Amino acid sequence: MVTETTVEEAAGAAHGAGSAGMPQLDFSTFPNQIFWLAVTLVVIYFVMTRISLPRIGGVLAERKGVITNDLETAEKLKQKAVLAEAAYNDALARARVEAAKIVGQARADIQKDLDKATAKADAKIAAKVVESEKRINEIRAGALEAVTAVAKNTAKELVSALGGKADAASVNAAVSARLKG
Amino acid sequence: MAAEAQSEGGLVFHPLDQFKIYSLFGENPIQWYTPTNVTLWMALAVFCIVGLFVFGTRGRSVIPTRVQSVAELADGFIYKMVEDVAGCEGVKYFPYIFTVFLFILFSNFLGLIPGSFTPTSHIAVTAILGFGVFICVTVLGFVLNGAHFLGLFWMKDAPLVLRPIIAVIELISYFVRPVSHSIRLAGNIMAGHAVIKVFAAFAPMILISGIGIVVTPVSVLAITAIYGLEVLVAFIQAYVFTILTCVYLKDALHPAH
Repeated sequence: MVTETTVEEAAGAAHGAGSAGMPQLDFSTFPNQIFWLAVTLVVIYFVMTRISLPRIGGVLAERKGVITNDLETAEKLKQKAVLAEAAYNDALARARVEAAKIVGQARADIQKDLDKATAKADAKIAAKVVESEKRINEIRAGALEAVTAVAKNTAKELVSALGGKADAASVNAAVSARLKG
Repeated sequence: MAAEAQSEGGLVFHPLDQFKIYSLFGENPIQWYTPTNVTLWMALAVFCIVGLFVFGTRGRSVIPTRVQSVAELADGFIYKMVEDVAGCEGVKYFPYIFTVFLFILFSNFLGLIPGSFTPTSHIAVTAILGFGVFICVTVLGFVLNGAHFLGLFWMKDAPLVLRPIIAVIELISYFVRPVSHSIRLAGNIMAGHAVIKVFAAFAPMILISGIGIVVTPVSVLAITAIYGLEVLVAFIQAYVFTILTCVYLKDALHPAH
């Protein structure tokens, strides 16, 4: 495609407009390109190996270290939290037991007081009942006597009103017999 | 090419002019040391790399800034590639591979700036890169493995009759490697840029004739689409060049299949 003449033309008129052939095949520019390519690659290589890659490597290593440390710290804190939770649960359980004990004691005390009061009240009530019964019996006895006396007197009056002769002793005996029967 | 340009009724076709190399100062003929546009765009690539990898990582922060994390990502990306493909022994050569990758990547991307020059579109540059890899890898293979390196061409698990034939084929394919390695890169970049330029030449058609009402929007759309494709190609070609370098390095480190 490119003959020697075109190459020479291109070489001669590398700057001229409309030169024939592909600039890629203009061999006169090759040394120039190769030289500058070599310079460029060497510069990039040194920038990379001297400055950039060690720096990036350092940053990556540092980041890894930081992350590892942070994870370790997090693990430690987590363990601490677990311990704290256990201690809390322990304290809670102990407090609960204590509370149950106190409640039981209080209940027992109250029961004792209650029993004492109940016993006292029972005794008072019993005494009152006994007294009341005595009085009721007295009243009942009084009433019986009065009824007997009234019955005897009434019987005597009735006998005398009916015209009989009231024999006090026999009337009394008859009334007593009636009252018994 | 020039004749075609004249026949298109005023349209100017110079799709290859963007690859021209000229002296930056004056009209002097180009010597090997002359600062040219090649120098300029390679220097810009170096500046970008220094900006990203030296100034971007200046903070050395454990929690990286955006630029620093880009630098770290690029570093980690290529490091992992070298480690995966070439194995643990390949990691020693990571700085060389990373240098080549960065040069190609930044040249490709800077070349996408309109009006720029792309060093990687020149076969001279890519051939040096490709043959550089080839020569280094071959020397390395012989230094590390001695004559065992030739085992790369001698298939132990093939039938005995076929082995010499396979060896010849393998040998040819081995020597074609640097050619394909370098032409692939230069060809891809050059083709993309030339195609964009051709469409760009059609774009001012609307100023010349009535058919431009159709041609101009189509060519603008085509430029946009191909530009997007070229962004992809710019990265992929740098990636492909690097991963092939790793593959060749692996052959040198472990010649037995």
